[in-house]
Amino acid sequence: MKKVYVNEERCLGCHLCEYYCAFANGSEPEFYKAFRLGRNAVPRIKVEDGNGINFAVQCRHCDDPQCMKNCIAGAISKVDGVVKIDRDKCVGCYTCVLSCPYGCVVADGGHSASKCELCTANGGTPQCVKGCINGAIVFEERGETA
Amino acid sequence: MSFKEGEVRIPAGCAISGFINRSGKRVSGADIVKSIGYMHDRSNGLGGGFAGYGIYPEYKEHYAFHVFYDNTEARVKTEEFLDRHFDIINLSRIPIRHIPEIKDEPLIWRYFLDPRPTKLTSSQLDEKEFTVKCVIRINTEFDGAYVFSCGKNMGVFKAVGYPEDVGRFYRLDEYEGYAWTAHGRYPTNTPGWWGGAHPFALLDYSIVHNGEISSYDANRRFIEMFGYKCTLLTDTEVITYIFDWLNRKQSLSLEDVASVIAAPFWSKIDSIEKTDPKRAAKLRYLRQAMSGLLITGPFSIILGYTGGLMALNDRLKLRSMVVAEKGDTTYIASEECAIRAICPDCENVWSPKGGEPVIITLNEEGKRRCL
Amino acid sequence: MPVNYFPAEFEVIRNYDKCISCRACERQCANEVHYYDSDFGKMLAHENRCVDCQRCVCICPTGALKIRPNENSFRKSANYTQPLMTEAYRQAGTGSVLLSSMGTPKDYPVYWDKILLNASQVTNPPIDPLREPMETRVFLGKKPTKMKFDKNGELDTTLEPSLTLNVPIMFSAMSYGSISKNAHESLARAAEELGTFYNTGEGGLHKDFYKYGANTIVQVASGRFGVHKDYLNAGAAIEIKMGQGAKPGIGGHLPGEKIKEDVAHTRMIPRGTDAISPAPHHDIYSIEDLRQLIFSVKEATEYKKPVIVKIAAVHNVAAIASGVARSGADIIAIDGFRGGTGAAPTRIRDNVGIPIELALAAVDGRLRHEGIRNEVSIVAAGSIRCSSDAVKAIALGADAVYIATPALLSMGCHLCRSCHTGKCNWGIATQNPELVKRLNPDIAYKRLVNLVTAWNHEIQEIMGGMGINSIEALRGNRLMLRGIGLNEKELQILGILHAGE
Repeated sequence: MKKVYVNEERCLGCHLCEYYCAFANGSEPEFYKAFRLGRNAVPRIKVEDGNGINFAVQCRHCDDPQCMKNCIAGAISKVDGVVKIDRDKCVGCYTCVLSCPYGCVVADGGHSASKCELCTANGGTPQCVKGCINGAIVFEERGETA
Repeated sequence: MSFKEGEVRIPAGCAISGFINRSGKRVSGADIVKSIGYMHDRSNGLGGGFAGYGIYPEYKEHYAFHVFYDNTEARVKTEEFLDRHFDIINLSRIPIRHIPEIKDEPLIWRYFLDPRPTKLTSSQLDEKEFTVKCVIRINTEFDGAYVFSCGKNMGVFKAVGYPEDVGRFYRLDEYEGYAWTAHGRYPTNTPGWWGGAHPFALLDYSIVHNGEISSYDANRRFIEMFGYKCTLLTDTEVITYIFDWLNRKQSLSLEDVASVIAAPFWSKIDSIEKTDPKRAAKLRYLRQAMSGLLITGPFSIILGYTGGLMALNDRLKLRSMVVAEKGDTTYIASEECAIRAICPDCENVWSPKGGEPVIITLNEEGKRRCL
Repeated sequence: MPVNYFPAEFEVIRNYDKCISCRACERQCANEVHYYDSDFGKMLAHENRCVDCQRCVCICPTGALKIRPNENSFRKSANYTQPLMTEAYRQAGTGSVLLSSMGTPKDYPVYWDKILLNASQVTNPPIDPLREPMETRVFLGKKPTKMKFDKNGELDTTLEPSLTLNVPIMFSAMSYGSISKNAHESLARAAEELGTFYNTGEGGLHKDFYKYGANTIVQVASGRFGVHKDYLNAGAAIEIKMGQGAKPGIGGHLPGEKIKEDVAHTRMIPRGTDAISPAPHHDIYSIEDLRQLIFSVKEATEYKKPVIVKIAAVHNVAAIASGVARSGADIIAIDGFRGGTGAAPTRIRDNVGIPIELALAAVDGRLRHEGIRNEVSIVAAGSIRCSSDAVKAIALGADAVYIATPALLSMGCHLCRSCHTGKCNWGIATQNPELVKRLNPDIAYKRLVNLVTAWNHEIQEIMGGMGINSIEALRGNRLMLRGIGLNEKELQILGILHAGE
C-alpha cells in the first residue's frame, strides 16, 4: 500500500508540514485563520530536528499496531491498511499515546486521541506531502506489507 | 517608386516548365512557349524567360554570351572589355520580333567567345572560372551592361512580360534544342528590369524556380564566403551559385547536391542508418558539412545543364511539380496541364516527393548527337 | 553605536493579519533576517540583513510577506545616485574592492529588445511545428569546406569530432564550488535528458558526476583547478576558458569558506584556501601559445574531442575570434558583458566588455568575410534570457547558445546577486550543507528540463512562422531580423535592416 515516507536528506526542518497537517485536520477553511483563530487541529506529523538532521515523523501504519492492541475502548482499527481512530468510541484514556513506540499518536486537546490517517478523510492526498517545499515527504508504494 | 532586383528583395510566385529529349532530338522552342503559356495565371506579366540546350550546335565549342545593354555606351565599354579578355568569334544582335506586349526592350546582344589564351594563362584559373570571373566583373562593374547567359551551346532568353509573349518576342520557334526550360514570374511588386526575369544562368547551369525560400540569407551569407556575390537578391541567383559551387567546384554529384539543399530529415537519416550505414554516413556528412546550404521554404526548381535536367522540390513539398514521360521525352511542370498542352497522351505522370531529385540525362544516342 | 551611513536596502513588509508565526521564514533565512519576539508575540525582521532573495516570500504558507526596496531616499541626484553613494560609504568603511554577483543590473542597451523577428505571409507558408517536422538538432565543431574523394571517386565522409545537441541550448560554465553539488547534479541530469551539454566550469568534476560525461563539457581555466588526464577524457568536449563576459581581464575568485572538503578534493587544492584563478593563463601570453594549449589538450584526448575556446566579448573580439578560429579551436564561445558571475569586482562587471549582440554579429561577419566560418562553430553567451533571444542570436550567426542565469532561475534563484556571500537561501550558490540540501535535484533537474523544453517549443514556433523547418536555415539568416529604434551604425554592426525596410 502507499504510505508516507520522509527522506531525511531532503527534509529542511521548516516544519511547514506540521502546519499543513494541522490545517487539513482542522475545521477552518482559510489557512491563516485556522491558526490565527485556533481552529487548527494538533499536527499528526512532527519534525524532529537538531544536529543538522531533520526528520518528519508520522504514523507508520504498523503491521501489528501497538496502539490498536492496547486500546481499551476498541476505538482503533485497521481499515485497508490504514490505522484509524473512531472518535465516537475513543474515551480519551491516551493509552495509545503512551504505547506508540514512535510517538505518533497525539492527544488532540479535545476528549480523544488522533493520528495520521493518510488524509483519507481529506481527499486522499496527504497534505504534508503536497505542502512539502523540498519534495522530502512522499506518498508512494514501497512494496511493504500493510 | 519601383525597385530593381538587387535593391530590395522581391518575393515572387511562379510557373515553371521544362522537357528534355533523352535521345538528343532537337525540338523547336514553340513547344515550350505553348507549355508555359497554359499556366498564364501563374504569372502576372512581370517576367518570363526560357533556357534552351543544344541550340547553338555550330558554335558549341564557344561561350555564348547574351547581354542586355541599357545604351550604346555600355555596349562599347563592355565590348572593349570582352575584346581584351576573349577572342570574339561572332557577335550580333539577338533577333527579336516587335510585338505590342513587350515594350522598352534594352539592346540585346549575343557573342560567341573563347577566352584569350594569354589572359587565361596569366589568370591561373581554369577556363570556366575565368569566364565566370569576367561575367561577374561585367555585371558588377559595368553600368548598364548585364550578361544573362554565358554557357556553351545553350542560351537564356528573358524579358519583362508574360512568358508566351517573351517566347514570341525572341522568335523561339526558330531555335531547336534537346532540352528547354521556361519560367513565368509573379513578383509582388513592379520591377521593370529585364535582368531580373528568370531563368538565372551561370555557365551552362540555368535555374527556373518557383518559390520563396526562407533560408535565403543563411544560404547567401554562406555561399558568399566562396567568392560569389549575390547582387540580385533573388532565390534563383543564390540557388544557381549553390549548384555551381557544389557541382562544378566541389565535384559533388547532382544527387549529392540534392542531399545538401533538400537534405533528408535527421529522423530519416537515423532510420537509414539501420539499413544502410554507409549511405547514412554520407547523408550525415553532407548535411553537417554544408548545413549553411540547406534550403528551407517552398521551392520547385528545374536545373538545366549540358546534357540534362534536374527537378527538385523542397523537402516538405510546399510547391506543386509534376513529371511525365512520353517516348524518349521527359516533361516537368508546375501543373500537369502544361505538359498535356504539348503532349496530350503523356504517360507515367507522377509528383516527385519533397526532396527527391528527378535527374534526366541524355542517353548514349543523345550524347553522341549533342555533346 | 557607530554611525550607520546607509540604510537597509530592503523593507520586510509583514501582514500581521496573515502571519501565523510558524517561523518557517526564520528557519529558512540564512541571513537571519526574521526572528520571533516572544515579548511581543510576533515575528520581526532585521531588515539590514535582507538581500531580497525572496525565499521567505516564496515559502510563507499564508502569503504574509513582501520584500520591497527601502523607500528611504538620499537627496536625489541624477549624477550621484543612491547606489553610488552607498558604495562610497561601503568602501570608506572597508577599504575593499566592491564585489558583486550575477549580470550587471545597469541600464545598458539590450539589443535583443531592439530587434524584431519576421514571419511568413502570403508569398510563402508558415509551417506548423505540430504538424510538420521542425528540426533543432545542432552539431558543434569544425566542418569541411573542401570535399575530398578517394581514388575510386567515393566521397570521404570523415567528420571532425563534434557535439550533437538536440536543442540549440547548452548550460554554460558554473563551477562546482561557486554552485553546489546538487546544482551540478541537476544540470548534469537535465543535460542528459535533454540531449545537450552542461559545463563544469573551472572547478573540476566531482567523482560522482563522471557518469554524466557524455553530456559534460569540461573546462580548463587559468587556475587549472581539478584538471588531470581523466578529467579531460571524462567530458564530451573541452573548453579552454580565456575570459568571462562578466569580468573580462580578470580571473575567478572563490573564497575559502566555499572550499569545503569535497570542493577542495575536486579542485585539488587545500581546504579553506581561496581559489584564485590568475588573470591570464600563465602559459598563454599570445595567440600562438593558445594554439599550443589547444593541441596539448587534443593530444591528451587523442583528437577525439572538440575543443571550445571561450572568450569574453571585448572591443576587438572579431579579430581575436578570427585568431582563435585559426588556432585549432573547433568551437568559439563568446560571452557578452551582461553575462552572470558567481563573484566579480563590481566596477569591472559593470564597465568592461561589450554586449553579446554586437560581439556576435561582428565575429560571425568577420569569420564569413575571411571565409573561415565553417572552421568553427559559434556559441553565444552572456544574457540569453529567453527563447526569442536565442532565436535572434542564431539568426545573427550563432550555432547555439549557452544559458546560465535562466538555468539558475529555473532552480529557484531570484537574482538577489549575493552569490559571493555563500549564503544562497536557494541552495544553489553555497556550500553550506544545510543550504545545499534545499535544492532537491529530483525537482530542480525536472524544472531545468521543462525550461529548455519550453524554449525549444517556442523556438520551433518562431521558426515555423518564418517558414523555416530546420535550425541551420535560421543560422546567420539576418534577413529574418529588423532593428527597431537603432541608429545606422548599430544596424551596420548588427548587419540588419531597420524595421520597415
